Amino acid sequence: MTCLPKSAPAKKLGLVIDLDICVGCQACTTSCKEWNAGGRAAPVTDYDAYGATPDGVWFNRVHGYEVEDGGSGRTVYFPRSCLHCDNAPCVTVCPTGASFKREADGIVLVDEDKCIGCKLCSWACPYGAREYDEDAGVMKKCTLCVDKIYNANLAPASRMPACVSACPTGARSFGDLGDPASGVSRLVRERGGYDLMPEQGTAPVNKYLPPRARTAEAAPLASAVNDRGHALLKWIDKVFSR
Amino acid sequence: MTPAFSIIFFTTASGAGYGLLFVLSLLVFDRALPAAFVLTALAVALTLVSIGLVSSTFHLGHPERAWRALTQWRSSWLSREGVAALACYGPALALGAAVAVGAPRETVIALALATGVLAAATVYCTSMIYASLKTIAAWHDRRVPALYLLLGAMSGLLLARFLLAAFALPAHGLPWVTVAIVLSAAQVKRAYWRAQAEHRSASSLGTATGLDRLGRPRVLQPAHTERNFLLKEFGFEVGRRHASRLRRLAIAFAFGVPLALAALSALPAFALPAATAAVVSAAFGLVLERWLFFAEARHTVMLYYGGAAPAPSRSVPTTGG
Repeated sequence: MTCLPKSAPAKKLGLVIDLDICVGCQACTTSCKEWNAGGRAAPVTDYDAYGATPDGVWFNRVHGYEVEDGGSGRTVYFPRSCLHCDNAPCVTVCPTGASFKREADGIVLVDEDKCIGCKLCSWACPYGAREYDEDAGVMKKCTLCVDKIYNANLAPASRMPACVSACPTGARSFGDLGDPASGVSRLVRERGGYDLMPEQGTAPVNKYLPPRARTAEAAPLASAVNDRGHALLKWIDKVFSR
Repeated sequence: MTPAFSIIFFTTASGAGYGLLFVLSLLVFDRALPAAFVLTALAVALTLVSIGLVSSTFHLGHPERAWRALTQWRSSWLSREGVAALACYGPALALGAAVAVGAPRETVIALALATGVLAAATVYCTSMIYASLKTIAAWHDRRVPALYLLLGAMSGLLLARFLLAAFALPAHGLPWVTVAIVLSAAQVKRAYWRAQAEHRSASSLGTATGLDRLGRPRVLQPAHTERNFLLKEFGFEVGRRHASRLRRLAIAFAFGVPLALAALSALPAFALPAATAAVVSAAFGLVLERWLFFAEARHTVMLYYGGAAPAPSRSVPTTGG
């Protein structure tokens, strides 16, 4: 059924992504590709993978942005993937029932055996979370590694999405955002976690944590040397500036 | 949005077919018509509808599963469109059979009206597939359903005028109804384009990333080196570069020429050539109009790639006036 669950899902599994920590290393995107190439959504097709114009299906993309913040500006790396929205428009537009949101944990999935590849769900998603697989003729998307997080063959510590396991800086956290006592809910509360494009009314489960404000200690380098530097450094600066 | 020819062809051809079914139902209600005319009009309409429906499956990854699209009418306008489109065949084919065997006029009228209602419902469902998408401000506009219905009616009226002329049947007031509908459609399209130009979208790269908390973000490093699905599907710029010229062409061929020819077709001496030329002109103009409808539409996902804010519009349900 492509109607959304009537009652709120018992759990709201999702990610909290800390833009303050992310260094844009692409470990999350490549580990996502690696796990899912053999998982539920396999194959995660590539076209011309070893040629001049490699292209393919990815569930996670890391963009780099520069923010003009009145000072010297800052670089922010921004991982973008499915937000497993409570009010997922990609689900309700699906004409076949292939797209669905699970009542048990809120994960949004595609049943590839039912998908007709009409692409309407990709039109309905504001975030570009869905990518069409030209070879398979069906829509693919982040599964929140549903075949990993519940996998009893894995050690309990490994039962989290591949992107979370792989992140070397700990910028990605996984948990139940429907439980106010969970670690991810606490992070959102304490760090001012927010929704992407709230004006679209999708009620995303995944949250983003903003980069921290800069303190006075992080003022531009030149003034740090001139105004706050050690007396010896000031003397050296003076000598070499002659 | 990258225009898919199969969808442009589907929406214009089936729009014309359902428009003709709608106009035919009113003509049948209005007066007794020769069976040959009704059957020919039904055949033309159902052919256009069927070609359109088949063409719409060409852009599917799995056309053989298309039947599944009939199942989710509770939530999906695309599914509702499929259900209404198929349901319309029932009374339309029954109408043909009733006319062919000379059934009582009450039966014919009942079937004609059922056909007309389902034809209009199908076009409305088609329009709502687009108008319900909040992500594409150019489509999430209450004028979009009005336009689809008016343009469908316009196509149907022009086709009906052509068929009446071909059968040497009197048109009565039909050319003047056509003039009124063409003028209304042109007026709504003008209001639509004006609304598009005036209004500002609530979404920006700032809201898409939440970085508006810090300042003004701009793209520094693209997420990938080649075009991906998103850029292929949503990153279409050609239409916008030539938009103003293409709009003028669309207005001329879809509205201007058909308007003059519809009026001219009121004169019996010019009926057939004028009606024929009007159909040809409108077909070209409407394909162009539909192409622009896709090409000019911007999707919010392009914000992540440094695209301009989606062409702004008022939201469908909340505004009036």
